[in-house]
Amino acid sequence: MNRVIDIVDLNPKEIEECIQTALDIIKNPDKYAHVCEGKKLATLFFEPSTRTRMSFEAAMYELGGHVISMTDANTSSAAKGESVADTAKTVSCYADIIAIRHPKEGAAYVTAQNASIPVINAGDGGHCHPTQTTADLLTIYREKGGFDNLTIGLCGDLKFGRTVHSLINAMSRYKNIKFVLISPEELKLPSYVKKDVLQKNNIPYEQTTDLERAMPKLDVLYMTRVQRERFFNEEDYLRLKDSYILTPQKMKYARDDMIVMHPLPRVNEISVEVDTDPRACYFKQVLNGKYMRMALILKLLKEAGRI
Amino acid sequence: MNIDSIQNGIVIDHISAGKGMLLYKLLKLDETDVSVALIKNVTSKKLEKKDIIKIDADIPVDLNVIGYVDPEATVNIIKDGNLVEKKVIGLPEKLTDVLICKNPRCISQTEQEIHHVFRLTDKENRVYRCIYCETKAE
Repeated sequence: MNRVIDIVDLNPKEIEECIQTALDIIKNPDKYAHVCEGKKLATLFFEPSTRTRMSFEAAMYELGGHVISMTDANTSSAAKGESVADTAKTVSCYADIIAIRHPKEGAAYVTAQNASIPVINAGDGGHCHPTQTTADLLTIYREKGGFDNLTIGLCGDLKFGRTVHSLINAMSRYKNIKFVLISPEELKLPSYVKKDVLQKNNIPYEQTTDLERAMPKLDVLYMTRVQRERFFNEEDYLRLKDSYILTPQKMKYARDDMIVMHPLPRVNEISVEVDTDPRACYFKQVLNGKYMRMALILKLLKEAGRI
Repeated sequence: MNIDSIQNGIVIDHISAGKGMLLYKLLKLDETDVSVALIKNVTSKKLEKKDIIKIDADIPVDLNVIGYVDPEATVNIIKDGNLVEKKVIGLPEKLTDVLICKNPRCISQTEQEIHHVFRLTDKENRVYRCIYCETKAE
Protein backbone atom coordinates (compact mmCIF):
# COMPACT_ATOMS: atom_id res chain seq x y z
CA MET A 1 0.00 0.00 0.00
CA ASN A 2 1.38 3.42 -0.92
CA ARG A 3 -1.70 5.58 -0.57
CA VAL A 4 -4.71 6.27 1.61
CA ILE A 5 -7.13 8.27 -0.49
CA ASP A 6 -10.43 6.87 0.73
CA ILE A 7 -11.16 5.10 4.03
CA VAL A 8 -12.04 1.96 2.04
CA ASP A 9 -8.40 1.81 0.90
CA LEU A 10 -7.89 0.37 4.38
CA ASN A 11 -9.61 -2.97 4.89
CA PRO A 12 -10.92 -3.91 8.37
CA LYS A 13 -7.71 -5.86 9.08
CA GLU A 14 -5.56 -2.83 8.26
CA ILE A 15 -7.83 -0.58 10.36
CA GLU A 16 -7.39 -2.99 13.26
CA GLU A 17 -3.62 -2.99 12.70
CA CYS A 18 -3.52 0.85 12.79
CA ILE A 19 -5.70 0.91 15.90
CA GLN A 20 -3.38 -1.53 17.67
CA THR A 21 -0.36 0.60 16.64
CA ALA A 22 -2.13 3.74 17.90
CA LEU A 23 -2.96 2.07 21.21
CA ASP A 24 0.67 0.99 21.57
CA ILE A 25 1.83 4.55 20.78
CA ILE A 26 -0.49 5.86 23.51
CA LYS A 27 0.92 3.29 25.97
CA ASN A 28 4.57 3.54 24.99
CA PRO A 29 5.26 6.92 23.35
CA ASP A 30 9.04 6.66 23.97
CA LYS A 31 9.22 3.51 21.85
CA TYR A 32 8.11 5.55 18.83
CA ALA A 33 9.91 8.84 19.54
CA HIS A 34 12.75 8.22 17.07
CA VAL A 35 11.36 5.75 14.51
CA CYS A 36 11.10 8.39 11.77
CA GLU A 37 14.38 10.14 12.48
CA GLY A 38 15.76 11.72 9.30
CA LYS A 39 12.46 11.27 7.45
CA LYS A 40 10.40 14.14 6.06
CA LEU A 41 6.66 14.59 5.79
CA ALA A 42 5.59 17.15 3.16
CA THR A 43 2.32 18.84 4.07
CA LEU A 44 0.73 20.26 0.91
CA PHE A 45 -2.26 22.27 2.01
CA PHE A 46 -3.95 24.02 -0.89
CA GLU A 47 -6.83 25.21 1.29
CA PRO A 48 -7.04 26.46 4.88
CA SER A 49 -6.88 23.93 7.67
CA THR A 50 -5.82 24.23 11.27
CA ARG A 51 -6.36 20.96 13.03
CA THR A 52 -5.62 18.51 10.26
CA ARG A 53 -2.41 20.22 9.30
CA MET A 54 -1.21 20.61 12.90
CA SER A 55 -2.23 17.05 13.65
CA PHE A 56 -0.10 15.71 10.79
CA GLU A 57 2.80 17.90 11.82
CA ALA A 58 2.53 16.91 15.50
CA ALA A 59 2.27 13.27 14.46
CA MET A 60 5.49 13.42 12.43
CA TYR A 61 7.38 15.32 15.15
CA GLU A 62 6.31 12.79 17.77
CA LEU A 63 7.71 10.05 15.55
CA GLY A 64 11.04 11.89 15.48
CA GLY A 65 10.67 13.03 11.88
CA HIS A 66 10.70 16.42 10.17
CA VAL A 67 8.03 18.38 8.34
CA ILE A 68 8.40 20.47 5.21
CA SER A 69 5.45 22.57 4.16
CA MET A 70 3.86 24.50 1.41
CA THR A 71 2.52 27.18 3.70
CA ASP A 72 0.22 29.09 1.38
CA ALA A 73 -1.12 27.93 -1.96
CA ASN A 74 -1.46 31.56 -3.03
CA THR A 75 2.29 32.11 -2.89
CA SER A 76 3.35 28.65 -4.05
CA SER A 77 3.97 27.20 -7.48
CA ALA A 78 0.26 26.40 -7.69
CA ALA A 79 -0.39 30.14 -8.00
CA LYS A 80 1.93 30.13 -11.01
CA GLY A 81 -0.22 27.48 -12.62
CA GLU A 82 1.72 24.32 -11.76
CA SER A 83 -0.39 21.19 -11.99
CA VAL A 84 -1.03 18.92 -9.02
CA ALA A 85 0.72 16.15 -10.95
CA ASP A 86 3.91 18.21 -11.34
CA THR A 87 3.81 19.30 -7.70
CA ALA A 88 3.60 15.63 -6.69
CA LYS A 89 6.59 14.69 -8.84
CA THR A 90 8.62 17.61 -7.50
CA VAL A 91 7.83 17.04 -3.84
CA SER A 92 8.69 13.35 -4.23
CA CYS A 93 12.29 14.52 -4.71
CA TYR A 94 12.33 16.25 -1.32
CA ALA A 95 10.21 14.20 1.09
CA ASP A 96 9.48 10.64 2.19
CA ILE A 97 5.72 10.94 2.46
CA ILE A 98 3.04 13.47 1.44
CA ALA A 99 -0.11 14.64 3.22
CA ILE A 100 -2.23 16.69 0.81
CA ARG A 101 -5.35 18.80 1.28
CA HIS A 102 -6.87 20.33 -1.83
CA PRO A 103 -10.22 21.94 -2.63
CA LYS A 104 -10.68 19.86 -5.78
CA GLU A 105 -12.19 16.41 -5.47
CA GLY A 106 -9.78 13.74 -6.65
CA ALA A 107 -6.65 15.89 -6.17
CA ALA A 108 -5.17 13.38 -3.70
CA TYR A 109 -5.71 10.58 -6.21
CA VAL A 110 -3.87 12.55 -8.90
CA THR A 111 -1.07 13.20 -6.42
CA ALA A 112 -0.79 9.49 -5.61
CA GLN A 113 -0.72 8.61 -9.30
CA ASN A 114 2.21 10.92 -9.89
CA ALA A 115 4.21 10.76 -6.66
CA SER A 116 6.94 8.19 -6.11
CA ILE A 117 6.43 8.32 -2.34
CA PRO A 118 3.40 7.39 -0.18
CA VAL A 119 0.46 9.80 -0.18
CA ILE A 120 -2.18 10.42 2.48
CA ASN A 121 -5.33 12.34 1.59
CA ALA A 122 -5.85 15.07 4.18
CA GLY A 123 -9.13 16.09 2.54
CA ASP A 124 -10.02 16.62 -1.12
CA GLY A 125 -12.92 19.03 -1.30
CA GLY A 126 -16.22 17.43 -0.41
CA HIS A 127 -15.00 14.01 -1.45
CA CYS A 128 -12.95 12.12 1.17
CA HIS A 129 -11.18 12.78 4.43
CA PRO A 130 -9.97 9.34 5.49
CA THR A 131 -7.75 10.39 8.40
CA GLN A 132 -10.73 12.07 10.06
CA THR A 133 -12.49 8.74 9.78
CA THR A 134 -9.54 6.91 11.33
CA ALA A 135 -9.78 9.40 14.23
CA ASP A 136 -13.50 8.66 14.49
CA LEU A 137 -12.86 4.92 14.45
CA LEU A 138 -10.23 5.03 17.20
CA THR A 139 -12.61 7.14 19.29
CA ILE A 140 -15.47 4.67 18.84
CA TYR A 141 -13.10 1.78 19.55
CA ARG A 142 -11.75 3.33 22.75
CA GLU A 143 -15.09 4.62 24.04
CA LYS A 144 -17.37 1.75 23.03
CA GLY A 145 -14.87 -1.13 23.17
CA GLY A 146 -15.26 -2.16 19.52
CA PHE A 147 -17.28 -1.60 16.38
CA ASP A 148 -20.03 -4.23 16.46
CA ASN A 149 -23.63 -3.84 17.71
CA LEU A 150 -23.85 -0.04 17.55
CA THR A 151 -26.63 2.38 16.61
CA ILE A 152 -25.03 5.47 15.16
CA GLY A 153 -26.89 8.74 14.73
CA LEU A 154 -25.53 11.10 12.11
CA CYS A 155 -26.87 14.62 12.44
CA GLY A 156 -26.67 17.82 10.39
CA ASP A 157 -25.29 18.10 6.88
CA LEU A 158 -25.46 14.56 5.56
CA LYS A 159 -25.46 15.70 1.94
CA PHE A 160 -22.11 17.45 1.67
CA GLY A 161 -20.51 16.07 4.85
CA ARG A 162 -17.64 13.95 3.61
CA THR A 163 -16.83 12.70 7.12
CA VAL A 164 -20.34 11.28 7.33
CA HIS A 165 -20.03 9.41 4.04
CA SER A 166 -16.64 8.01 5.03
CA LEU A 167 -17.84 6.94 8.47
CA ILE A 168 -20.85 5.16 6.95
CA ASN A 169 -18.53 3.38 4.53
CA ALA A 170 -16.16 2.34 7.29
CA MET A 171 -18.77 1.26 9.86
CA SER A 172 -20.87 -0.65 7.32
CA ARG A 173 -18.20 -3.34 7.35
CA TYR A 174 -18.92 -4.33 10.97
CA LYS A 175 -21.60 -6.53 12.52
CA ASN A 176 -25.07 -5.40 13.59
CA ILE A 177 -24.67 -1.71 12.79
CA LYS A 178 -27.70 0.57 12.49
CA PHE A 179 -27.77 4.17 11.32
CA VAL A 180 -30.20 6.94 12.20
CA LEU A 181 -29.88 9.75 9.66
CA ILE A 182 -30.97 13.08 11.16
CA SER A 183 -31.03 16.05 8.79
CA PRO A 184 -33.20 18.70 7.20
CA GLU A 185 -34.84 17.57 3.96
CA GLU A 186 -32.38 19.60 1.86
CA LEU A 187 -29.31 18.02 3.45
CA LYS A 188 -30.34 14.36 3.42
CA LEU A 189 -27.81 11.64 2.74
CA PRO A 190 -27.35 11.30 -1.06
CA SER A 191 -29.28 8.40 -2.54
CA TYR A 192 -26.11 6.86 -4.00
CA VAL A 193 -24.64 6.42 -0.50
CA LYS A 194 -27.86 4.81 0.67
CA LYS A 195 -28.02 2.56 -2.36
CA ASP A 196 -24.33 1.72 -2.83
CA VAL A 197 -23.42 1.31 0.82
CA LEU A 198 -26.41 0.86 3.13
CA GLN A 199 -28.81 -1.08 0.93
CA LYS A 200 -26.05 -3.07 -0.75
CA ASN A 201 -24.78 -4.28 2.63
CA ASN A 202 -28.27 -4.72 4.13
CA ILE A 203 -27.54 -2.14 6.83
CA PRO A 204 -30.73 -0.97 8.56
CA TYR A 205 -31.25 2.78 8.66
CA GLU A 206 -33.95 5.33 9.32
CA GLN A 207 -34.23 8.92 8.23
CA THR A 208 -35.70 11.61 10.43
CA THR A 209 -35.68 15.35 10.97
CA ASP A 210 -36.25 14.96 14.72
CA LEU A 211 -33.06 14.85 16.81
CA GLU A 212 -34.76 14.63 20.21
CA ARG A 213 -36.83 11.59 19.27
CA ALA A 214 -33.80 9.82 17.80
CA MET A 215 -31.52 10.45 20.80
CA PRO A 216 -32.67 7.65 23.19
CA LYS A 217 -31.80 4.94 20.63
CA LEU A 218 -28.25 6.03 19.99
CA ASP A 219 -24.91 4.62 21.11
CA VAL A 220 -23.07 7.30 19.13
CA LEU A 221 -24.28 10.74 18.06
CA TYR A 222 -22.10 12.18 15.31
CA MET A 223 -22.83 15.89 14.90
CA THR A 224 -21.67 17.84 11.84
CA ARG A 225 -21.37 21.44 10.84
CA VAL A 226 -23.28 22.88 7.91
CA GLN A 227 -20.29 23.98 5.83
CA ARG A 228 -20.51 27.38 4.17
CA GLU A 229 -17.81 26.47 1.62
CA ARG A 230 -19.87 23.59 0.18
CA PHE A 231 -22.78 25.86 -0.87
CA PHE A 232 -22.97 27.69 -4.16
CA ASN A 233 -25.84 29.75 -2.78
CA GLU A 234 -25.35 31.83 0.41
CA GLU A 235 -29.11 32.02 1.04
CA ASP A 236 -29.38 28.23 1.30
CA TYR A 237 -26.49 28.20 3.75
CA LEU A 238 -28.05 30.86 5.98
CA ARG A 239 -31.40 29.08 5.98
CA LEU A 240 -29.95 25.70 6.96
CA LYS A 241 -26.98 26.49 9.18
CA ASP A 242 -28.88 26.46 12.50
CA SER A 243 -30.99 23.38 11.81
CA TYR A 244 -29.63 21.43 14.79
CA ILE A 245 -28.04 22.75 17.96
CA LEU A 246 -27.12 20.23 20.63
CA THR A 247 -27.71 21.65 24.12
CA PRO A 248 -27.57 20.21 27.68
CA GLN A 249 -31.38 20.18 27.52
CA LYS A 250 -31.34 17.90 24.48
CA MET A 251 -28.63 15.71 26.04
CA LYS A 252 -31.22 14.71 28.68
CA TYR A 253 -32.87 12.56 26.00
CA ALA A 254 -29.65 10.58 25.48
CA ARG A 255 -28.56 7.43 27.25
CA ASP A 256 -25.85 7.67 29.90
CA ASP A 257 -23.44 5.68 27.75
CA MET A 258 -24.06 7.53 24.48
CA ILE A 259 -21.07 9.41 23.13
CA VAL A 260 -21.15 12.70 21.22
CA MET A 261 -18.69 13.08 18.38
CA HIS A 262 -17.98 15.92 15.96
CA PRO A 263 -15.22 16.22 13.34
CA LEU A 264 -14.68 19.88 14.34
CA PRO A 265 -14.44 22.78 13.83
CA ARG A 266 -17.86 23.48 15.26
CA VAL A 267 -19.67 26.75 14.83
CA ASN A 268 -22.73 26.59 17.06
CA GLU A 269 -24.15 23.14 16.46
CA ILE A 270 -22.94 21.94 19.87
CA SER A 271 -23.30 24.50 22.62
CA VAL A 272 -20.17 24.93 24.75
CA GLU A 273 -22.11 23.85 27.85
CA VAL A 274 -22.12 20.32 26.44
CA ASP A 275 -18.29 20.24 26.55
CA THR A 276 -18.26 19.38 30.26
CA ASP A 277 -20.68 16.49 29.80
CA PRO A 278 -18.66 13.25 30.19
CA ARG A 279 -20.35 11.95 27.04
CA ALA A 280 -18.75 14.68 24.90
CA CYS A 281 -15.87 13.04 23.03
CA TYR A 282 -15.02 15.53 20.28
CA PHE A 283 -11.79 16.76 21.81
CA LYS A 284 -10.76 13.17 22.47
CA GLN A 285 -11.34 12.65 18.75
CA VAL A 286 -8.77 15.34 18.00
CA LEU A 287 -6.15 13.57 20.09
CA ASN A 288 -7.06 10.20 18.64
CA GLY A 289 -6.64 11.72 15.18
CA LYS A 290 -3.00 12.47 15.91
CA TYR A 291 -2.35 8.90 17.10
CA MET A 292 -4.01 7.39 14.04
CA ARG A 293 -2.05 9.70 11.74
CA MET A 294 1.11 8.50 13.47
CA ALA A 295 0.03 4.91 12.91
CA LEU A 296 -0.73 5.59 9.23
CA ILE A 297 2.56 7.41 8.60
CA LEU A 298 4.40 4.47 10.18
CA LYS A 299 2.49 1.90 8.16
CA LEU A 300 3.03 3.65 4.83
CA LEU A 301 6.71 4.44 5.44
CA LYS A 302 7.35 0.83 6.53
CA GLU A 303 5.58 -0.60 3.51
CA ALA A 304 7.52 1.75 1.22
CA GLY A 305 10.76 0.48 2.80
CA ARG A 306 11.63 3.96 4.02
CA ILE A 307 11.94 3.02 7.71
CA MET B 1 -30.00 0.43 -49.88
CA ASN B 2 -26.64 -0.99 -50.95
CA ILE B 3 -23.36 -0.28 -49.28
CA ASP B 4 -20.33 -2.02 -50.75
CA SER B 5 -18.49 -4.63 -48.73
CA ILE B 6 -15.21 -3.49 -47.25
CA GLN B 7 -11.79 -5.02 -47.87
CA ASN B 8 -9.89 -4.13 -44.71
CA GLY B 9 -11.48 -2.57 -41.67
CA ILE B 10 -14.26 -2.96 -39.14
CA VAL B 11 -17.98 -3.46 -39.34
CA ILE B 12 -19.84 -2.62 -36.16
CA ASP B 13 -23.10 -4.49 -36.42
CA HIS B 14 -26.22 -4.95 -34.28
CA ILE B 15 -26.05 -1.45 -32.87
CA SER B 16 -29.40 -0.63 -31.27
CA ALA B 17 -31.32 1.59 -33.68
CA GLY B 18 -30.68 5.25 -32.87
CA LYS B 19 -27.30 4.73 -31.19
CA GLY B 20 -25.26 4.67 -34.39
CA MET B 21 -24.77 8.42 -34.57
CA LEU B 22 -23.68 8.66 -30.91
CA LEU B 23 -21.16 5.89 -31.51
CA TYR B 24 -19.99 7.59 -34.72
CA LYS B 25 -19.30 10.77 -32.76
CA LEU B 26 -17.71 9.12 -29.71
CA LEU B 27 -15.39 7.12 -31.98
CA LYS B 28 -14.50 10.48 -33.57
CA LEU B 29 -15.20 9.07 -37.01
CA ASP B 30 -16.26 12.55 -38.10
CA GLU B 31 -12.60 13.54 -37.71
CA THR B 32 -11.15 10.83 -39.96
CA ASP B 33 -10.65 11.05 -43.71
CA VAL B 34 -11.25 7.34 -44.37
CA SER B 35 -14.42 5.93 -45.91
CA VAL B 36 -17.08 5.40 -43.25
CA ALA B 37 -20.69 4.41 -43.72
CA LEU B 38 -23.31 4.91 -41.02
CA ILE B 39 -26.46 3.05 -41.90
CA LYS B 40 -29.55 3.71 -39.80
CA ASN B 41 -32.67 1.69 -39.17
CA VAL B 42 -31.65 -1.40 -41.10
CA THR B 43 -34.16 -4.25 -40.86
CA SER B 44 -32.84 -6.91 -38.51
CA LYS B 45 -34.12 -10.37 -37.57
CA LYS B 46 -32.62 -10.06 -34.09
CA LEU B 47 -33.43 -6.44 -33.27
CA GLU B 48 -36.17 -5.56 -35.78
CA LYS B 49 -34.16 -2.41 -36.51
CA LYS B 50 -30.48 -1.77 -36.08
CA ASP B 51 -27.70 0.62 -37.03
CA ILE B 52 -24.46 -0.43 -38.70
CA ILE B 53 -21.13 1.36 -39.05
CA LYS B 54 -18.62 0.27 -41.70
CA ILE B 55 -15.09 1.63 -41.56
CA ASP B 56 -13.17 0.88 -44.71
CA ALA B 57 -9.66 1.21 -43.30
CA ASP B 58 -7.47 -0.43 -40.70
CA ILE B 59 -7.61 2.41 -38.21
CA PRO B 60 -7.41 2.09 -34.40
CA VAL B 61 -10.86 2.03 -32.80
CA ASP B 62 -11.49 2.21 -29.05
CA LEU B 63 -13.50 -0.97 -28.54
CA ASN B 64 -14.45 0.16 -25.02
CA VAL B 65 -16.44 3.00 -26.54
CA ILE B 66 -18.46 0.49 -28.55
CA GLY B 67 -19.10 -1.61 -25.44
CA TYR B 68 -20.17 1.50 -23.51
CA VAL B 69 -22.63 2.73 -26.15
CA ASP B 70 -24.05 -0.70 -26.85
CA PRO B 71 -22.64 -3.77 -25.10
CA GLU B 72 -24.61 -6.01 -27.44
CA ALA B 73 -23.09 -4.61 -30.63
CA THR B 74 -20.86 -6.98 -32.59
CA VAL B 75 -17.50 -6.02 -34.00
CA ASN B 76 -16.41 -7.74 -37.20
CA ILE B 77 -12.79 -7.45 -38.24
CA ILE B 78 -12.37 -7.71 -42.02
CA LYS B 79 -9.05 -8.55 -43.69
CA ASP B 80 -8.71 -8.92 -47.47
CA GLY B 81 -12.47 -9.00 -47.78
CA ASN B 82 -12.83 -11.88 -45.30
CA LEU B 83 -14.27 -11.92 -41.80
CA VAL B 84 -11.33 -12.84 -39.56
CA GLU B 85 -12.78 -12.07 -36.13
CA LYS B 86 -16.22 -11.45 -34.69
CA LYS B 87 -16.76 -10.34 -31.11
CA VAL B 88 -19.22 -8.78 -28.68
CA ILE B 89 -17.41 -6.25 -26.51
CA GLY B 90 -19.76 -6.12 -23.50
CA LEU B 91 -19.64 -3.38 -20.89
CA PRO B 92 -16.07 -2.16 -20.41
CA GLU B 93 -14.66 -1.90 -16.88
CA LYS B 94 -12.98 1.42 -17.64
CA LEU B 95 -13.49 4.29 -20.07
CA THR B 96 -10.62 6.64 -20.82
CA ASP B 97 -11.20 10.02 -22.46
CA VAL B 98 -14.68 9.12 -23.63
CA LEU B 99 -16.75 11.00 -21.04
CA ILE B 100 -16.06 14.27 -19.24
CA CYS B 101 -16.86 14.65 -15.54
CA LYS B 102 -19.59 17.24 -15.01
CA ASN B 103 -18.72 17.92 -11.36
CA PRO B 104 -17.35 21.50 -11.25
CA ARG B 105 -15.40 20.59 -8.09
CA CYS B 106 -13.58 17.65 -9.77
CA ILE B 107 -9.82 17.91 -10.27
CA SER B 108 -10.31 16.75 -13.87
CA GLN B 109 -11.92 20.14 -14.60
CA THR B 110 -8.73 22.07 -13.89
CA GLU B 111 -5.73 19.76 -14.01
CA GLN B 112 -3.70 19.99 -17.18
CA GLU B 113 -3.36 17.00 -19.46
CA ILE B 114 -5.29 14.69 -17.18
CA HIS B 115 -7.05 11.64 -18.61
CA HIS B 116 -10.77 11.58 -18.02
CA VAL B 117 -11.33 8.10 -16.63
CA PHE B 118 -14.60 6.48 -15.57
CA ARG B 119 -14.96 3.09 -13.92
CA LEU B 120 -17.94 0.71 -14.07
CA THR B 121 -19.28 0.59 -10.49
CA ASP B 122 -22.69 -0.99 -11.02
CA LYS B 123 -22.89 -3.43 -13.91
CA GLU B 124 -26.59 -4.17 -13.47
CA ASN B 125 -27.58 -0.52 -13.80
CA ARG B 126 -24.68 0.43 -16.12
CA VAL B 127 -23.35 3.07 -13.74
CA TYR B 128 -19.95 4.62 -14.43
CA ARG B 129 -18.24 6.91 -11.93
CA CYS B 130 -15.35 9.31 -12.32
CA ILE B 131 -12.23 7.78 -10.75
CA TYR B 132 -11.25 11.12 -9.23
CA CYS B 133 -14.42 12.39 -7.56
CA GLU B 134 -16.78 9.38 -7.98
CA THR B 135 -19.45 11.48 -9.67
CA LYS B 136 -21.86 9.38 -11.73
CA ALA B 137 -21.53 9.73 -15.50
CA GLU B 138 -24.55 11.32 -17.13
